Amino acid sequence: MKFLFALFSALLFAGSASAQELSPDALIKNVTNEVLDIVRKDKEIQSGNTRKAIELVEGKVLPHFNFTRMTQLAMARDWRQANAAQQKALTDEFRTLLVRTYSKALTEYKNQTIDFRPFTAKPGETDVRVRTEIKQSGAGKNIELDYYLEKSGAAWKVYDIEVGGISLVTNYRESFAAEVRNNGIDGLVKSLQAKNKSGEAASVKK
Amino acid sequence: MKTTLTAQLKSIVVAGMAVGVLAGCATSGNPKDPIEGFNRAMFAFNEGLDSAIVKPVAKGYEAVLPSPVRTGVTNFFANIDDLFIGVNNLLQGKIPQAFNDFGRVAINSTIGLLGVLDVASEAGLEKHEEDFGQTFGRWGVGNGAYVVIPVFGPRTARDTVGLVLDVAADPVANHRPKRTRDAALVLRTISDRANLLPADKVVEEAALDKYSYMRDAYLQRRRNLIHDGNPPREVEANADIEQMAPLAAPADSFSGPRASASSVPVLALQAESTVGNSQ
Repeated sequence: MKFLFALFSALLFAGSASAQELSPDALIKNVTNEVLDIVRKDKEIQSGNTRKAIELVEGKVLPHFNFTRMTQLAMARDWRQANAAQQKALTDEFRTLLVRTYSKALTEYKNQTIDFRPFTAKPGETDVRVRTEIKQSGAGKNIELDYYLEKSGAAWKVYDIEVGGISLVTNYRESFAAEVRNNGIDGLVKSLQAKNKSGEAASVKK
Repeated sequence: MKTTLTAQLKSIVVAGMAVGVLAGCATSGNPKDPIEGFNRAMFAFNEGLDSAIVKPVAKGYEAVLPSPVRTGVTNFFANIDDLFIGVNNLLQGKIPQAFNDFGRVAINSTIGLLGVLDVASEAGLEKHEEDFGQTFGRWGVGNGAYVVIPVFGPRTARDTVGLVLDVAADPVANHRPKRTRDAALVLRTISDRANLLPADKVVEEAALDKYSYMRDAYLQRRRNLIHDGNPPREVEANADIEQMAPLAAPADSFSGPRASASSVPVLALQAESTVGNSQ
């Protein structure tokens, strides 16, 4: 009995320790491999079932993303103009939009492989870039896929993703700013809602 | 069918320009995009051309030809490109990269069966992406205004000059007889377009306003390419954020103590956009 207890607590300790000490590159590697393993086996996602891809992303990927930070980055200085309710609405809508986009990209996955570039972080660093590369089958130029992570508490959270140098977050900056200039914060919330609704409708049709 | 492809292309470009001029040149105040009205008209024209002709053909091409054949076509043209990429790397003073590119051409043109197989990549010689626009950027020439060119699509003023040289130096465009050249140009266009089909769907899903999404993606991409994947991280965003309270704090707390500090990030933002212009 004592032995069992010891074993149990050892396991528990091992579990929590590894969750805490997971380095940012190991986190990206684990999540990438886990998600792609599922996509490779899932014929529905491969044939364009966005809904299923969204479920996968929500379960496996979302917990490691910091959407508030992403929304702040995309809003730049307009973020401060928004009140708490507007900030929440913006974050929720932007999250939906990014998840949908990311999921759509997953349904386009064919048989590319991911290369993980060497990663070294200086001790004490809390803001890092983890670089990966998508290798196309047959050759052609690799596509760089970079993750920017920030340490919040014990865990690392992704706050930006760059595909071939194009940030999926800051690419919205100009269009968000233009929308806020013309129609205010609420106008931007509305146009995000409208975009998400039309995306929803399109995926139901399929 | 005596009219050559270039003549047809020229008339399309001229027609497109006319549409743009008719649409007028409204401005939006974005310093990177001073002729947004014209550009939006051009963008709509290009989108129309794409959805009416290029995209359907590319879809047909993708449906009819098996994937290995399409990869072969892509590789064939990519191999011709490598020569030109090597020259641009030389012009940028990146000698090892240039030798890498010439090595790729040597290997792929022979063992790779005239470029159809990309053996060099398997052997560890990495594929690069260079053009005259990037070379000018490397030399310190700034972006200039963003401009959407009929048929060719988004460019900056600098990259437009680059494009003229790209076309002048393009082995495919200079190929004779003209009939083979035209066929090759069409095939290359269709092949390139087919490779972009998956990205299409993602952009449709992502963009609030497709015009500005494509514009900003283009500008970010070019910046990244000129710096070979390591552009200096834009600081203004982080400077802006660092002044904010922890994420969990209620947003109301932003308005108080930070009001006095808010002019600093605004200045930083303006400085950044000026730097962006002169780049």
